[in-house]
Amino acid sequence: MLGVLLLVSAGAAIAAVQVYAPKRSDQTWSDIQTGRYLARAGDCESCHTAHGGKPFAGGRAVPTPFGVIYSTNITPDPGTGIGAWNEDDFWRAMHFGIRRDGERLYPAFPYPWFTRMTRGDVDAVKAYLDTVKPVRQLNRQPELGWPFSMRSALAVWDKLYLHSGQFQPDPRRSTAWNRGAYLVEGLGHCGACHTSKNFMGAVDRNHPMQGGFAEHVFAPNLGVGERDGLSGWTKADIVEYLATGSNRYTTAAGPMAEVVQASTQYLKQSDLDAIALYLKSLQGPSPETPKAPTEDTMREGQALYVDDCAGCHMDQGQGVANAFPPLRASSAVQAAQPQTLIAVILEGARSPATSAKPTGLTMPAFDGKLDDAEVAALTTYVRNAWGNRGGEVSKADVAKLRKTMASEPQ
Amino acid sequence: MAKKLREVDVVLVGFGWTASVIAQELTDAGADVLALERGGWRDTVPDFSVTHIQDELRYAVRKQIFEETQRSTLGFRNRPDQLALPMRELGSFMPAAGVGGAGVHWNGQNWRFLPSDFVLRTHNEQRYGKRAIPADMTIQDWGITYEQLEPYYDKWEYLCGISGKAGNIGGKIQPGGNPFEGPRRREYPLPPLKRSAATMLFDKAARDVGFHPFPAPAANTSQPYLNSLGVQMGQCTFCGYCEWFGCANYSKASPQTTIFPVLLKKDNFSFRTHCSVTRVLTDSDGKRATGVAYVDRDGNEYIQPAQMVVLCAFAHHNVHLLLVSKIGTPYDPKSQTGVVGRNYAYQVSSSVNVTCKERLNPFMGAGALGQVVDDFNGDNFDHTGKGFIGGGYIALWNTGGRPILQEYLPKGTPKWGAGWKKALHEDYLYSTHMQCHGAMMAYRNNYLDLDPTYTDDYGNPLLRLTFDFYDNEHAMSKFLTDRATDIAKAIPNRGINPKPREGHYSIIPYQTTHNTGGAAMGNDPRTSFVNPFLQSWDVPNLWVMGSTVFPQNPGYNPTGTVGALAFWAADAMKRYIRNPQPLVQT
Repeated sequence: MLGVLLLVSAGAAIAAVQVYAPKRSDQTWSDIQTGRYLARAGDCESCHTAHGGKPFAGGRAVPTPFGVIYSTNITPDPGTGIGAWNEDDFWRAMHFGIRRDGERLYPAFPYPWFTRMTRGDVDAVKAYLDTVKPVRQLNRQPELGWPFSMRSALAVWDKLYLHSGQFQPDPRRSTAWNRGAYLVEGLGHCGACHTSKNFMGAVDRNHPMQGGFAEHVFAPNLGVGERDGLSGWTKADIVEYLATGSNRYTTAAGPMAEVVQASTQYLKQSDLDAIALYLKSLQGPSPETPKAPTEDTMREGQALYVDDCAGCHMDQGQGVANAFPPLRASSAVQAAQPQTLIAVILEGARSPATSAKPTGLTMPAFDGKLDDAEVAALTTYVRNAWGNRGGEVSKADVAKLRKTMASEPQ
Repeated sequence: MAKKLREVDVVLVGFGWTASVIAQELTDAGADVLALERGGWRDTVPDFSVTHIQDELRYAVRKQIFEETQRSTLGFRNRPDQLALPMRELGSFMPAAGVGGAGVHWNGQNWRFLPSDFVLRTHNEQRYGKRAIPADMTIQDWGITYEQLEPYYDKWEYLCGISGKAGNIGGKIQPGGNPFEGPRRREYPLPPLKRSAATMLFDKAARDVGFHPFPAPAANTSQPYLNSLGVQMGQCTFCGYCEWFGCANYSKASPQTTIFPVLLKKDNFSFRTHCSVTRVLTDSDGKRATGVAYVDRDGNEYIQPAQMVVLCAFAHHNVHLLLVSKIGTPYDPKSQTGVVGRNYAYQVSSSVNVTCKERLNPFMGAGALGQVVDDFNGDNFDHTGKGFIGGGYIALWNTGGRPILQEYLPKGTPKWGAGWKKALHEDYLYSTHMQCHGAMMAYRNNYLDLDPTYTDDYGNPLLRLTFDFYDNEHAMSKFLTDRATDIAKAIPNRGINPKPREGHYSIIPYQTTHNTGGAAMGNDPRTSFVNPFLQSWDVPNLWVMGSTVFPQNPGYNPTGTVGALAFWAADAMKRYIRNPQPLVQT
């Protein structure tokens, strides 16, 4: 009886899709729902939607070391979106980084990760994208200097750095571990930020997920690491962080807040568990012990901390449960590079507003109140107080980041 | 020509506390709700950030976040035979402008009224006889009881995360709480705030003279709190910048910190800022509200049709809107007929400054960090032979020790110069004050109507306030100030300076922003504008929120009851939406 009902409702759904959405494929309702889930897991909408723009219509500026690239329109509009693409076209883009017209895509589009996806999942994402509201909006050309402006040069890049091919499960590992690896290394493209990149923007395949730059901030190590990694996190901590935006160690900020809010909060429990299982199996970078900062710097930093931070983050950096993140024992605070912490102080941060934690508590920007030397002292203090260890931050580090942030497109 | 917009189910005039509660409740029930706010958008970050909010000159002295009298004010006089003049500067009270309303800048002093407050006339007539109430005192019962409102008080307190100690749970008196309060179903959601030195001195002194002190219920969180909507609040840091400031730490309950994270994500809710509602529109026979007219910042005029109109603005503005929209019968003090503008009331406050021997560090404060005695509030004591009815609480509020306006120096201290500096240097850390927070009865000649002389920016006559204190208030205030002085004397001190409220009401010095009445609730359409569900008797799809509906003002801060009444009315509105009829038949 139930089966009959499902068939009937699926049939009705297909009819609805055929009537109201441009005809692209003969996918079923369940394929579309799978695609919707996967599109969220891949966080497609975040990059493919400009601030204040129409969903999936592109136009969001993606700053790279080589210039600014604008995300493209992936709505089913036939002229300006991907409405005219069939599944094979879409597969070629996702798997090989090649557009329908044969031109190569810039790897700011994470095809080096999406190439791990199965054909079925890629088709499902396309089936879903065919159902979103078509928006007529022309793509904006990238603003890159020569030679990066030549798309043909990307053939060389792909030859050097693209290792295309679907995910191959490791038969020695559990199904859950393999699912986690598939999500992290493929659709989730976590390494696009959390793995370091070389001068050509290609990731360091030998040190996956051990920390890397994401735009101007540093995405911390997700592998082993007492200070700057996830050694102290249990699998439940990882799941809570991805599902709600915070856990007992920290709260997502900056680009990761957006990822949690738009993507990971919607993942199924089994997928979150799988991701946690996989992350807990990763190696970490070789541990380093940064030099302790001077007492003078610590004293200055502490004074600033008491004045400006202790009200919420508390005198011992312990934070406030259910509200403000601790700074003590935080991997983001003690990350190999200090830019994330400096950026949060300069521009503030908004915690993700998830369905589990809807508040979106916000830290104000201190860029107008603290000068470079003060931010440096404060950052140094926070990275080295209460048992933290993170090395000294210089005034020049802060000045440089302030300049970078000011020059980035909003 | 006004542009006509798409109809909504419910339009809310104003977007402060009551509008936020109504919007949250009615959108949950499926209604399409729109709020129109005359001020701008404001949120914790960036508007109340720790980086700049503690600026007393900007906010408290120059009144940055209050309404501008250039744009909206009223005429004032004490007695009907005087000429009213426009209030050109804020003084006695500070209405807000902007999203969140006064919920942004309040202290968080959050009370339930006494059971006897809701049946004021009946109770006093029964206990003291009809002659105890003077002929020109137009007090009346509310049309609801404390017991009916209790579940809604509870709902409000768990929304806001009130810190306090219950004094009466289900009829059982609780040690450490207010033994005079009405029975509540359960404890407060959070324990009381930590005590300051001054509040502990008050507590001991009040006990020594035989009173029953307790920690004041505070909408400042004593601990991190997850409210009834799942919204996270931080813990109060005792920075001392509640009153007239927005909270930087997510620890003072406001629409922003308790409701918006949930409400603003809903597809069936929207709001527009910088929209001044100028009329409530009605159909040709005046029996049904059809929407509102408003003007935006650029002077464009709009008509917003709606199935229901809810007035959620400040008390004065709700009454003004009714009067200029010609809804209901305006009150006439001569014939004592009509209801709109009738029974305006306020608060009768006085204070006693104390210079203590013990150092107090008054700068560590919170808006509702206080110790209180309620022995002389309402009818908690025998008024026989006292010459007045009603009362108030006596509290030592440690709201803060701001440098410009919060120094309570000894009597005779010069206002400026070397003498003032010397006193400040020697006494600031030792000084505190107590507040007597008294009830205001309603009177025949205390009312709101339209000013015959002055008009506002939109060409409407200004609202006119006719208001004064009467013998009852003077006697009550003296009695309360004397009891506070008794407590002050029991504190080891270097000087006491009682400041009783005497003479005529003046609109110049700040007293409280507890302006009430003008569209009273009640059981009798001849003396009330709304029925006990806050629904207009005349126009059943028009509702009025806030202290506008108080028939007179008890001796407590109003917000707790305003919030409870909003939840109470929201439940009634849900019934009305299912069956759009007057909820009380006449």
